[in-house]
Amino acid sequence: MLKMRLDKLDSLYRIIADSYRLVAPQEKAGQVEFYPWSEGGQVRLDVLQTVKSAKEYFFPQSETLYHAKLTGKKLDIIPEEIEECPTVYFGVRGCDVRSFEILDKVFLSEPADTWYQAKREQSVIVAAACGNPENTCFCGLFGVDAALPGGDVTTWMDGSFLYWNPVTEKGDRLTEVVKELFEGNADSTEAGTGTDKAAEAEKATDTEAEKTADAEQATETAESVVTALISQIHKKLDALPLTGQLSLDGLDGDHLTELFESDKWAELSKACLGCGTCTFVCPTCQCYDIRDYDTGHGIQKFRCWDSCMYSDFTMMAHGNNRTTQLQRFRQRFMHKLVYFPSNNDGEYGCVGCGRCLKKCPVSLNIAKVIKTLGGEKHE
Amino acid sequence: MSKVDQVLVPMSGIVTDVRRDTPDVKTFRVNAPEGGKVFEHMPGQCAMLSIPGVGEAMFSITSSPTNKEYMEFSIKKCGCLTDWLHMMETGQEIAIRGPYGNGFPVETELKGKNLLFIAGGIGIAPLRSVINYVIDNRENYGTVDIVYGARSAEDLVDLEEMKETWMKIDGIQVHLTIDRAQEGWDGNVAFVPTYVKELNFSTDKTVLVCGPPIMIKFVLSALQELGFATTQVYTTMELKMKCGVGKCGRCNIGDKYVCKDGPVFRYDQLGELPAEY
Repeated sequence: MLKMRLDKLDSLYRIIADSYRLVAPQEKAGQVEFYPWSEGGQVRLDVLQTVKSAKEYFFPQSETLYHAKLTGKKLDIIPEEIEECPTVYFGVRGCDVRSFEILDKVFLSEPADTWYQAKREQSVIVAAACGNPENTCFCGLFGVDAALPGGDVTTWMDGSFLYWNPVTEKGDRLTEVVKELFEGNADSTEAGTGTDKAAEAEKATDTEAEKTADAEQATETAESVVTALISQIHKKLDALPLTGQLSLDGLDGDHLTELFESDKWAELSKACLGCGTCTFVCPTCQCYDIRDYDTGHGIQKFRCWDSCMYSDFTMMAHGNNRTTQLQRFRQRFMHKLVYFPSNNDGEYGCVGCGRCLKKCPVSLNIAKVIKTLGGEKHE
Repeated sequence: MSKVDQVLVPMSGIVTDVRRDTPDVKTFRVNAPEGGKVFEHMPGQCAMLSIPGVGEAMFSITSSPTNKEYMEFSIKKCGCLTDWLHMMETGQEIAIRGPYGNGFPVETELKGKNLLFIAGGIGIAPLRSVINYVIDNRENYGTVDIVYGARSAEDLVDLEEMKETWMKIDGIQVHLTIDRAQEGWDGNVAFVPTYVKELNFSTDKTVLVCGPPIMIKFVLSALQELGFATTQVYTTMELKMKCGVGKCGRCNIGDKYVCKDGPVFRYDQLGELPAEY
């Protein structure tokens, strides 16, 4: 565990941006989203949630796959090169960290999506604990702990310090790059692993041993501060309006048919406009379309986000298997709450981030669906 | 063009033969530009064919993998892309990727079985691959019955192969039928499900069905009347597809992706899915 004074944050961004592309929450046109950082950029760690998650960096809203040109009968296909761009995503909340793991299950399952895989492999996630969870948050329902958000590096903040704890090898490598800014960094991130290094310290020279001892003291203090922060966050999470209000009992593959045939879908979906906003702000939605763009010099084949809420999503020349909004609405929620867990050892396709609660123009959302369908016996 | 590593990026194929089968069905022979096949497949698997600027769609591969020279696609003209494909001449290059899907279990569950194929209209396209595979590996399978029907005699796809090859092979019975009587047709006249009942097949067969959804529905009830169990019947499904690898979400039915977990399903497995196909 390392700690750094908050007034050094700009130096931290600078030093990360020297070695990686740094993507962090910043405000543009009144909305806070993940944007690439450059000198002078104001990182908004005070804002709990970006409008969209950072999924668009792994699975862009629109992405060119290849170029094709038909000249008479001759066809040329030129695949788009996949760019190398090691990127640090800074300030990712626990719900979004989990959402990347869910997207991994889709895109990295055989055959792996090479486009997603390249960007995902080059990502380093610096997660941020949620000091001030919001009323729309219900990540706890899905086992996400907003106080222990995971990632490659986990960070916490109090009024004066940023606490930094590398979790993975990727996190260790990033820590090597930034460690000079942190207090009690000793010679390396070894301070992060604390007492395990005591034996090594004994062998070291006097000065080095002293340095390590200081580092350990700093770590101990940092660790106790973080422990206190975690329990504070847990108290806030326990007091959220949705905590304890929702139950996933009975929402699983074993009850697929009963849930699908439930007469509650009619009322639940009645107000749905089919606008697709929920799918676009959802960090786990992954449906896409593949389309052609005529550049005037050939065809650019691209994929782009799509929504199962749209009427033409399943339409083909011979017909459409989901012609009503009820069917489309049901598909979206059945997929997240029943079909996905059925294929992924019970893991749900929702992380409780609450974005759909905030954005749906007619106040429909997954929490309402869970409230209506969950917590019931479907025998 | 060499095989690319990226998913979703097609290879080039060249149309080396175009055959008109019916007023709205043509069969296209496709080779790799340098000769040979673009890729290998198993019966019942599919390929994504596309024309830049026109569209991309999933088609069943009509030819059998035992054909070592080329792949064939029997395609009905019914939308933007298929209209374009129907205008193609030999020498046209198209984009092709695959193979996708599970295919029929020709090397496992179907092996050693008596087989009954039931097809309607363009539904013969995926079954032709299996039929020719069975013919080329005759010793591995029992008797073969093929029931094939279409609206009219002109709508029977590749009647010539049926008459010239299939009907002449020992142990293979071909039962043709058309919906309405017409001059010059001395064969059976009835809808496929009715004909299946009339033929009164014994239940010692494994059944492979493909055709319009309404035909499949009535064929299934005809088979049940004859005493067939749902575990004896296979079909292949058609849904909107974009990626072919179970990620774009379009062909998701219940916990299955038709492009990856299908398109071939046994009827008892299909019964476990929401009726949304």
